[in-house]
Amino acid sequence: MARAVTQKRKLIATLAAWTIGMAIFFPIFWTILTSFKTEAEAISDPPSLFWFDWTLENYGVVNERSNYPLHFMNSVIISVGSTVLGLIIAVPAAWSMAFVPGKRTKDVLMWMLSTKMLPPVGVLIPIYLISRNLGVLDSRVALVVVLTLINLPIIVWMLYTYFKEIPGEILEAARMDGATLKSEILYVLTPMAVPGIASTVLLNIILAWNEAFWTLNLTAAKAAPLTAFIASYSSPEGLFYAKLSAASTMAIAPILIMGWFSQKQLVRGLTFGAVK
Amino acid sequence: MGNITLNQITKKFGEVEVIPPLDLQINDGEFVVFVGPSGCGKSTLMRLIAGLEDVTSGNIQIDGRDATETPPAKRGLAMVFQSYALYPHMSVRKNIAFPLRMAGMSKEEQDAKVEAAASVLNLSAYLDRRPGQLSGGQRQRVAIGRAIVREPAAFLFDEPLSNLDAALRVGMRMEISELHKKLATTMIYVTHDQVEAMTMADKIVVLQAGVIEQVGGPLELYHRPRNTFVAGFIGSPKMNLIEGPEAAQHNATTIGIRPEHIGVSTESGTWKGRVGVSEHLGSDTFLHIHDTGLCDLMTVRVSGEMNVHHGDTIYMTPEADKLHRFGPDGLRLD
Amino acid sequence: MSTQHSRTAARFMIAPATVLLLGWMLIPLCMTLYYSFRRYRLLTPDRTGWVGFRNYENFLTNPAFMDALVNTLVLVLGVLIITVVLGVLLAVLLDQPMFGQGIVRILVIAPFFVMPTVSALVWKNMFMNPVNGLFAYAAKAVGLQPYDFLSQAPLASIIGIVSWQWLPFATLILLTAIQSLDSEQMEAAEMDGASPLSRFWFITLPHLSRAITVVILIQTIFLLSIFAEILVTTNGGPGTASTNLTYLVYAESLLNYDVGEGSAGGVVAIILANIVAIFLMRMIGKNLDA
Repeated sequence: MARAVTQKRKLIATLAAWTIGMAIFFPIFWTILTSFKTEAEAISDPPSLFWFDWTLENYGVVNERSNYPLHFMNSVIISVGSTVLGLIIAVPAAWSMAFVPGKRTKDVLMWMLSTKMLPPVGVLIPIYLISRNLGVLDSRVALVVVLTLINLPIIVWMLYTYFKEIPGEILEAARMDGATLKSEILYVLTPMAVPGIASTVLLNIILAWNEAFWTLNLTAAKAAPLTAFIASYSSPEGLFYAKLSAASTMAIAPILIMGWFSQKQLVRGLTFGAVK
Repeated sequence: MGNITLNQITKKFGEVEVIPPLDLQINDGEFVVFVGPSGCGKSTLMRLIAGLEDVTSGNIQIDGRDATETPPAKRGLAMVFQSYALYPHMSVRKNIAFPLRMAGMSKEEQDAKVEAAASVLNLSAYLDRRPGQLSGGQRQRVAIGRAIVREPAAFLFDEPLSNLDAALRVGMRMEISELHKKLATTMIYVTHDQVEAMTMADKIVVLQAGVIEQVGGPLELYHRPRNTFVAGFIGSPKMNLIEGPEAAQHNATTIGIRPEHIGVSTESGTWKGRVGVSEHLGSDTFLHIHDTGLCDLMTVRVSGEMNVHHGDTIYMTPEADKLHRFGPDGLRLD
Repeated sequence: MSTQHSRTAARFMIAPATVLLLGWMLIPLCMTLYYSFRRYRLLTPDRTGWVGFRNYENFLTNPAFMDALVNTLVLVLGVLIITVVLGVLLAVLLDQPMFGQGIVRILVIAPFFVMPTVSALVWKNMFMNPVNGLFAYAAKAVGLQPYDFLSQAPLASIIGIVSWQWLPFATLILLTAIQSLDSEQMEAAEMDGASPLSRFWFITLPHLSRAITVVILIQTIFLLSIFAEILVTTNGGPGTASTNLTYLVYAESLLNYDVGEGSAGGVVAIILANIVAIFLMRMIGKNLDA
């Protein structure tokens, strides 16, 4: 608004927003804080805020005892792998729908969205049995494939909305300039869509990283990503708050940071381009 | 060379026929303008020539070879788009060099051609900028540069000036005409602005609903419009078209008289009316006349200034030899 | 820009995505349907055969089914109402001029990036635990008896946890939508004498309707299949107090090893999801085309 805002009103808004913001963030803050406490201090009564002996011991213990690096690598491989695979399949599809739309393009897009409505439990048993029979239960390959497929509609939709914004005339110009379809996509479309592709990648990695139905049901120990690894703390081990906090902090930190960087594009991706 | 021949081409989008069978001959070195109201099919026609759309039937020949099935890249034509369609992620130099790079030309040759084109178009100082850092007119020039380095058989311009402001538009109009004189290459130019058509063209193609209404030089269209549509479309302000008894007196269904071919007097004349809005341009005055009993609103051009007021009665006399007569089918009677 | 050539290319390029998704949808779907009419227990895999609708009968007459159905609805609706209402209010607040808006945004959005298993565990142990949880400390500090959230009010607790995860999503989307509201429209309404409350009611809220629709649609997709939060906190209990449909099917097939009945449950879940989907798609179709 072009109007001067009274200083008082601004202060009240600031105060209210900060209070609520900190309340919402508090559980994360508390987890991170607890990860630096000793187990005794983690459950001390009254709870200690900053005045305790800061220690990195829990991180060391979690890393030693639980094969944390393996699970971390599983998470990385599964989320990055499914994103790259998804991108390879989705870029050509999104190109087609954005630049050579047909009568059925809208239906195809809607249908792709509707596959997201299929409840995962509805297909849990077949996927579980197929994986078991193929001997890929508890393997990274199975999860990469499954997560690629469940996130494919989102990748296609996101790329589609980004491609739609690139004027068709520019691709036509490339065609007039003698570019083949391959050079058109490689030298003109892709470089222009880099910001869109980047945010698609980010969002998809976040979704895959946090996916917790298939990762819990299709893995045991070997291929378990961080979601499943953390779930193992629901047993009595979870009562070791400081270690639980350290493991949790390590599990969420990479994605939290990525998410903060991509929050602007996130809205668009999560709403299939409906809200920008 | 740049002879283009369209034989009985048609275009349908689904069931809708946008262009009924159409023939057109464009000769090497001509500046041809497709003009018509929006939605008349002029852009579609150009895109058919470019190869960006398939013809539904008929064939297109470029320099005597059948190019109907040839993809756009292989037709040897260059196009300047309405939005300029510059590649935003490439510098001006890379934009202009892109067609050469696609053709697999060596780096040295590319550079030489880009430098040459840039100096013709006054772009030498901007070669390392991105399109986003250029003004509208400069972008326009880059688009033209990208077209000329290909040394195409013909240039296609799709409403290239419509995104520029009025002053710049006049300047660019000159530059494109100048370029045509210099290169002597066939140019096909699409516009909805009949002033652009009149000032630039060797040959104007007037289109309406996919049909060619008339093909001819600017003055031919001005002096001898083939039908009432062309009569009303070409010329500014528009020709006055009169029907009814007054037309019947001249053995016609419709008669037309241009605003500049009507004499005006405050005392006497053939027709009588009441002055509405008068537009004073200094060099000319345009009067809009009501209540003539001939047509809704008659426009008259008076050279220089004229001191009349809203509501004044006024008399008009058409120049008899400048009357255009049209028959019941709208066609010119001679 | 469509010539025969480009249309052919387009068809080739869209094929992999469509074929894969079609396969992903159809093959398991058919298998689920097939198993749902079969006797198939993982513990006695040799005794198989057609059983007609027996699996469906067993699943639908299981008292746990009605509980799960009600729980699913309560969970979805509860979270939707909480996140949309609070989301709108929070979005309006965050849209006000203030100091450090960017930082507040970052604080508010953070829970969305926390994986479900982590947020469930953190809430369960560090907050809701009746002995060592922060809530218990807080209760004791003001002289109240600590409350055992997850055994006394398991479903409500889960709704709370899930709402915490999804509130950022709703807020972020609604905030983006509010910011796209033309400020001249607001100023015009102000000139017309509209009070702040009626400006909110007559301009902001209608402007948000599309974004709210989107929030509801997308959250519903995810909320219908809430799983990890229940697995980690309550295992669906006590009894079936916090079992939703997804968890029931999981328990039936992978905990009780009854693939047949689990599949029947899967089919039921698909049918119910489709009813919701049709309803939602209608709503979306109306709101998104505009």
